[in-house]
Amino acid sequence: MLKIILAVVGRDLKLAMRRQADIVSALFFFVIVVSLFPLGIGPEPDLLRKLAPGVLWVAALLATMLSLPRLFADDHRDGTLEQLALAPHPLGLVVTGKVIAHWLVSGLPLALIAPVLGVQFDLSGDALLVLTFAILIGTPALSGIGAIGAALTLGLRGGGVLLSLLVLPLYIPVLIFGAGAVDATVTGLGGEGHLSLLGALTFASLGFAPWASAAALKIALE
Amino acid sequence: MIHWNSFSDFLAMGGYGLYVWGSFGATVLIMAVEPILVARNRKTTITRLKRQMRADSRAENRNTAE
Amino acid sequence: MTDRFNLYRYASPATFYPLAGALIPYFAAVSVVFGLAGLWLGMLVAPTDFQQGEGYRIIFIHVPASWMSMFIYLVMAFWAAIGLAFNTRLSGMMAQALAPTGALMAFLSLWTGALWGKPMWGTWWVWDARLTSELILLFLYIGYMALTAAIDDARRADKAGGILLLVGVVNIPIIYFSVKWWNTLHQGSSVNLTKSSMAETMLWGMLLMAMCFWMYSIAVAFARVRTIMLERERHTDWVKALLAGDEK
Repeated sequence: MLKIILAVVGRDLKLAMRRQADIVSALFFFVIVVSLFPLGIGPEPDLLRKLAPGVLWVAALLATMLSLPRLFADDHRDGTLEQLALAPHPLGLVVTGKVIAHWLVSGLPLALIAPVLGVQFDLSGDALLVLTFAILIGTPALSGIGAIGAALTLGLRGGGVLLSLLVLPLYIPVLIFGAGAVDATVTGLGGEGHLSLLGALTFASLGFAPWASAAALKIALE
Repeated sequence: MIHWNSFSDFLAMGGYGLYVWGSFGATVLIMAVEPILVARNRKTTITRLKRQMRADSRAENRNTAE
Repeated sequence: MTDRFNLYRYASPATFYPLAGALIPYFAAVSVVFGLAGLWLGMLVAPTDFQQGEGYRIIFIHVPASWMSMFIYLVMAFWAAIGLAFNTRLSGMMAQALAPTGALMAFLSLWTGALWGKPMWGTWWVWDARLTSELILLFLYIGYMALTAAIDDARRADKAGGILLLVGVVNIPIIYFSVKWWNTLHQGSSVNLTKSSMAETMLWGMLLMAMCFWMYSIAVAFARVRTIMLERERHTDWVKALLAGDEK
């Protein structure tokens, strides 16, 4: 079971490494969107500190959306996906591997660059730490839920916009607990409660989403 | 039994007339327009399907005649 | 064997089409009766609320619309589950026929909520847990309709929409809980649209209006599902016979 997942992760990572430009552009999209906010709002540190968690999280949601349409589309085009669906091992495991790989190339870089952007918003050291940790444990849920949307819209016209329409409302709990953790740290309430709920969301969606995506993929491949 | 003293009292809704009638107006509008749209959609679908069916049967007749 | 056959008979569009057609006038009539009774109780008989004045009368449509918007989503998810489990044709059609009505109910709930909020809270919109959840529910309806509209193949549209509905129904409690949590942390407004201590006439008025909305939704959904059936089954004999019979 683990072998299948790891094999898929390895394969997807290798493919992603051949197209590093995609990873870098999603990352720069994140950086640019976050940097636009102070320009639109004004440079007052108090205001920026208040807005930082929400801005960073919304930008992270949007940046994750960018790479989602590609999650299954390439494999669908060259027929790999149909091969995987026909293979004896459950498709849900394959999707789990793809979700993990997607997180490694989209969620993990966001978490690593987030503290740098947090400094721009005058966040304290504690808050930066919580921010990084929250994005680190929250983005797997985004990849998981996003996989369902990517599977449902596979091969449809206007798939990208449709995908965001389907997936963004489902991201709301992650946004609330993710931004809430940072916010609670900034205001001195402590973000542990938020973080544990965020972790629970990630666990639940990683357990549940791959199988829903697999069912959606089978429908799309019929 | 009836709570209102006069019709103008009823319309004024104790100063909340705009909000109450704005709510009820929107509801009545939606509940009137939705069935009309459904009925119209049904009519256009039926005429379209009939036209398609006639076209199909004409094509069939031509094929058997030849 | 005969039981099984009967079950399939009622689930088949050819038998359900005339049945729905015959039932629509009854549901519509019952809806009008409930509506008139509810309006009479709610608008003419019910006393003034001591806290909210006459403005509270908005709840006679706000609450039924909110209930229906949530209930219709649940019914759609139920049909989706049936459709995915038993592969029945009718279930997907029912879910698609219900969606626009559910979305309109969610919209009405938001609209009346805003009109209630302006005099009571002083603003058109408050990020109150219930209103926010209702807004997200409207987004879910829109997502479902956009997805089914984007898929040309009807069978795939039904199944993909079904999965989205099931994912949505699992998520709704989580979304509601998270919004509520978020709302309490940010010290949201604590005034409720519905109060626990309601006069009996108010409660009856609201229940009657809810019945009216319910029957209305069934009537409209049946009317819509009939059109969907004709469209989808246009190559079958029964639709051809029906259309040819109409022509004379």
